[in-house]
Amino acid sequence: MSGAGLLGATRAILAKELLLERRAPQTIVAMALFSATTYVIFHFALQRDSIAGNLASGVLWVTVLLAAMLGIGRLFIADRDEGGLDGFLLAPVDRTALLAAKALTLFVFLLVLEAVAVPLFGILLLGPSPGAGGWAGVLLVLVLADLGIAVVGTLVAAIAVRTRSRDLITSILALPLLIPVVIGASRATADVFAATGAGSPGGRWLLVLALYDLVFALLAWALFDFLVED
Amino acid sequence: MSAIELDGIARSYGDRRALEDVTLTLDEGATLVVFGPNGAGKSTLLRILATLLRPSAGHARIFGHDVRTDGWRVRGAIGFLGHDALLYGDLTAQENLAYQARLYGLRGDAARNRIAQLLEAVGLEGRADDRVHTFSRGMVQRLAACRAVLHDPQVLLLDEPRANLDPVAAELLEPLLGRTSGRTRVITSHDPAGGLAEGDLALGLRAGRPALLRPASAVSAADIGELYR
Repeated sequence: MSGAGLLGATRAILAKELLLERRAPQTIVAMALFSATTYVIFHFALQRDSIAGNLASGVLWVTVLLAAMLGIGRLFIADRDEGGLDGFLLAPVDRTALLAAKALTLFVFLLVLEAVAVPLFGILLLGPSPGAGGWAGVLLVLVLADLGIAVVGTLVAAIAVRTRSRDLITSILALPLLIPVVIGASRATADVFAATGAGSPGGRWLLVLALYDLVFALLAWALFDFLVED
Repeated sequence: MSAIELDGIARSYGDRRALEDVTLTLDEGATLVVFGPNGAGKSTLLRILATLLRPSAGHARIFGHDVRTDGWRVRGAIGFLGHDALLYGDLTAQENLAYQARLYGLRGDAARNRIAQLLEAVGLEGRADDRVHTFSRGMVQRLAACRAVLHDPQVLLLDEPRANLDPVAAELLEPLLGRTSGRTRVITSHDPAGGLAEGDLALGLRAGRPALLRPASAVSAADIGELYR
């Protein structure tokens, strides 16, 4: 038997991942609750009713990054605990399908998280709200940053799942690798969240994020087989 | 034609040698039964044949395809039933098999019919829409057997396949996993009488080394007992 093609296998795994999360919601709920709690902590720690500019941008992206760590840490949990990884490895399919499906899963989780966390940020912490154009710019930055987090997160999760110190490895590897995403995304949205409003994401930082995504996507594609196989 | 050829297969975990210098040939349609105490290397041998572990030395070929360099083709030819069911507890029996079917390129009516046929064969047709975490261990084992043969593999790699099964369930699995399935099989067993009755060739492992390799008909239960002393 020749097995499913790359696209077919990716779709099968993605559908299974989303069904598992819908059936027993854990990851997205945990990520959203974590974000809300983090905003409350920032609210009291900064002792300010509203924030803007660089500070607002930094708070948003640190919160998204730390919430993403929860998703990264749980990305291969069901596969490890229930043998699903072996189940996949036994099938005659391209290993890249697992990388693509897991990265897409994390990307979807992040988008769903942000559908809750960004409006909450606007209500709880953000000073003057940017206009529709500003929010469209934020959406573009979110998509580019989420792609980078999803790819790097999947790579790190695949390394960590085969180790005993999974949580430790995830944090130690993922956080430094994702610093460029936080830099690029927070710089890109700083002007949008400026108290004066009217800003749009800096094109230079959008390019940085897009390049980061491309480089790590290629790196992940080259390395992933070695990571999941013995 | 030889279905399985092992040539000096070995596997180490760090300094520990889990398997050493296993060489044998198994004909198509024949059954190799592997005996040995816990930790003797039985599961390691099966995982190497399943392409889940790379051998540290030697070559293993299934229908001429090397497990190390031609894993893709090997994986299409094998069905693996190990100690773990490789099923998701939060998915139903039907959903688990449908997911596996998609990985093997089975879709649409062909997949649906095959899944329905297998669930009926193992007596789980009435539980198709129940989540697997509600199943007993025996039922999970029956479903895992369906997963292993879903793509109609030529070779079955079975790690103590009748563990957790009552006699009725074991009887149900016979057409899928037994000699009558017509498949080439590698089975690990701790049951001398049952294992020897199923096997054409018997391999006994002790501390990773082959201590016995003979036609099953030329091996006695006492010979197997020696492996455990």
